[in-house]
Amino acid sequence: MSDPAAETVIRCTINGRAHEHRCHPLASALDFLRYVVRLTGTKEGCKEGECGACAITLDGVVVNSCIVPAAHLQGRQVRTVEGLGADARFSALQQAFLDCGGAQCGICTPGMLVTGTALLEDGRPLTEQRIREYMAGNLCRCTGYGKIVEALLKAAEGGR
Amino acid sequence: MKIVGTRAPRAEGIEKLTGKAIYVDDLPLNDFLWGLTVRSTIPYGRIRSIGFDPSEDWSGVTIVTAKDVPGKNVVVLLEQDQPLLATERVMHQQEPIALLAHPDRERLWELAKKVKIDYEPWAPVLDIDASLAVAQKLFRDDNIFKSIGIDKGDVEAAFSRAARVVERTYETGLQEQAYIENQGMVATYDAAKKRLKVAGSMQCPYYVLKGLCPIVGLPPEQVEVEQAATGGAFGGKEDYPTILAAHAALLSMKSGKTVKMIYDRVEDLMATTKRHPCRTRIRTAHDADGRILALDIDATMDGGAYCTLSPVVLSRGTIHAGGPYNFENVRVRSRCVATNTPPNGAFRGFGAPQTIFAMERHMDVLASIFGEAPHRFREPYLLQAGQTTAFSQNVGEDVCIVEIQRQAVEETRFVERRRACEEFNRTSRWERRGIGLATFLHGAGFTGNGEVALDSKLKVDVTPDGIVQIFSANTEMGQGKDTTFGQIAAEAMDLPLSRVRVVTPNTQVVPNSGPTVASRTAMVVGYLVQQACKALRRSLEEHAGKTWKDEAEFASVAADYLRRRGLLEKWAQYQPPPGKVWDDKAYRGAAYGAYAWACYVAEVRVRLDTMEARVEAFDAFQEVGRVLNPVIAQGQIEGGVVQGLGYALQEEVKMRQGVMANANFTNYIIPTFADVPEVKVHFAERPYPFGPFGAKGIGELPMDGPGPAVANALSHALGVEVNRIPATPEHLMELLQGE
Repeated sequence: MSDPAAETVIRCTINGRAHEHRCHPLASALDFLRYVVRLTGTKEGCKEGECGACAITLDGVVVNSCIVPAAHLQGRQVRTVEGLGADARFSALQQAFLDCGGAQCGICTPGMLVTGTALLEDGRPLTEQRIREYMAGNLCRCTGYGKIVEALLKAAEGGR
Repeated sequence: MKIVGTRAPRAEGIEKLTGKAIYVDDLPLNDFLWGLTVRSTIPYGRIRSIGFDPSEDWSGVTIVTAKDVPGKNVVVLLEQDQPLLATERVMHQQEPIALLAHPDRERLWELAKKVKIDYEPWAPVLDIDASLAVAQKLFRDDNIFKSIGIDKGDVEAAFSRAARVVERTYETGLQEQAYIENQGMVATYDAAKKRLKVAGSMQCPYYVLKGLCPIVGLPPEQVEVEQAATGGAFGGKEDYPTILAAHAALLSMKSGKTVKMIYDRVEDLMATTKRHPCRTRIRTAHDADGRILALDIDATMDGGAYCTLSPVVLSRGTIHAGGPYNFENVRVRSRCVATNTPPNGAFRGFGAPQTIFAMERHMDVLASIFGEAPHRFREPYLLQAGQTTAFSQNVGEDVCIVEIQRQAVEETRFVERRRACEEFNRTSRWERRGIGLATFLHGAGFTGNGEVALDSKLKVDVTPDGIVQIFSANTEMGQGKDTTFGQIAAEAMDLPLSRVRVVTPNTQVVPNSGPTVASRTAMVVGYLVQQACKALRRSLEEHAGKTWKDEAEFASVAADYLRRRGLLEKWAQYQPPPGKVWDDKAYRGAAYGAYAWACYVAEVRVRLDTMEARVEAFDAFQEVGRVLNPVIAQGQIEGGVVQGLGYALQEEVKMRQGVMANANFTNYIIPTFADVPEVKVHFAERPYPFGPFGAKGIGELPMDGPGPAVANALSHALGVEVNRIPATPEHLMELLQGE
């Protein structure tokens, strides 16, 4: 995938801004974001779609960017952790994570925030049970999850 | 107190919540090479030759083997048995043999397959029994890295007058730290200046420095080690980063370029350290009424192929083996043996979860045999003021385990719920319920005289713009050290948190305040922060002739001091608490300055069709001295408990030919959101005079209790003894079928 001849131009919108970069179409969207676009907020945890550290949204749908080919981003709306706050301000969920202790080592946090934001945006009422099911694809080894559940409930209550 | 004890937000929270925190894989680099490790594919044997496929073009590839090591080819830790790169002999699967570097990472993966290593395979020693039988001599003549004995009272006499003896064997498996950020390191060698810099994911910058210097043949002044943001560690980044740093350094020295090495998940799981498996046999002697006359423990841990930290893991496991009890007669014999498996290492709890599992299961086995409730059976033996532990430490007044267990039993309604589970089990066809507890202690800080040997030093200073800076080698890895250190300093200085800065650990910048391990950072090093800040404050107050009324006044006092006198910095150095004596030969005395005391209660439900067990409720009661920050302290306990629940039920490392066969997160299953209940955390506080504002260490404590509490609950639910973890559905089914 390092063969320049095989590269293609990928045009997509990332966090509201238009991007155009050359990349091998079968490189992972994660490597494209981290090493080509140089948005390193999205993390690699397992490279096999199990841990969710690399979660981004494509047209609003949460995916694990490590198992999505870069070509799949063509023409799509991409959101990463860097796009969650607006005008250098925290989103309600970021603030709730800070208040409740939702981040410890921080490596799963970008994926947690992206997935959690998608959960909050779907508009259905949140219960602890629903959070635990929806978020189950995002692994955290530090928190034991309780503080993240608390942060999601708090952000939802905050009436976004 | 204004700041200690408050929910101060995480110091580095904003960076972590915006994706701006820089982990090793995020470090901006120009013109660098990727590094890769070529590893052994057999567990034991001789290397006949290392060959490079001649059909490949190897120009432009940096290759390092043992002969390229400029200094000593050895990973210096407690012993010097581990080579950095294998030469004639491989001792375990995945042992590093050669290193490659190339600008293109994918080309590197292809090239690695073209390194042909010819082996003469030998019969490997893959388990404790084969090692003890000395099927092959792997370490000295007996394969024993370390053995320890503890004696109290007269065990033989007690057994000879016993009316009954109860003996069981308890087993715990390997466990992977499973930090979500894999190990990684970046090295840059400047040949002209003969200076090496490494940066990466680590717990202990000075361990890396100490390990690197003899390998690269440079003095510490010419080697700089800096911590990048670290995405979880749990012990897994205590000793291993030295190896990775040295690999990257050798490739950089040979290539003249910056070299970046980042493991992928499979390599990290297969090659790096794990929790030691342990087999513990416990015998107790009883009088006619069932009272315990003597305790006899024999524990064996599997250390893997090289010694690494195994003797210290064994030490902590041995000391904690007797639990929070006052038995008259105790004998503990323990050893850690060598096998042809990747070396096991540090993991939160550091030997204690293994032996505490055995002790707390045994107490439930005994309670069941002698027909008493688990808490009632334990209570007469729980340590009280002035009594002594298994290793003869008089706990003085620093003990409240009776109160903690009583509180746990009352507040969880343990007795009523236990009865309710039994009632449920009488009528349910498809499910079984059970509730169990575990009562335990965890010592904070290095064992015995370890803290004196570490001789930790810490510095604080003040900048011209009135910022107090803390210089310490202790790392932030998620546990909240930057936040709690800031709170301690702000409280001691009577300043807001915004006036305190914690300096990034870099061996050229910070003094050696010891490793970030052993539940020592908040308690031992945090106390140095408090002491140094006290001294800083005294100097400034003397200079001003009064104390400041607000931060603006502080800033002007600090600026004035620096203008007139130049530098203002204060150092603090570890001093052992008075009257604590440890005899390392006899293994007796003050093993730790302080203990956290705990009682954990788990309720489980088991489906009889699939034998899946779920923890329905979990309560963690503990006395921790002082809670420096409730959010951070709860986070430590909740996270540790969930790791412990994984240890108890799910996390099974499957070994095949001496290497992890399920080396990915699809098949090595750590708990998810959906697997665990809300963990309820209850703190009691009895300030410890030698901790910062009374705080004791709690980092490892929560790892100790969940294993036995869950196994006790499962035993209650199923009516069989669950004496091995992880208690997977397969294992529970075998138990029920009597296999």
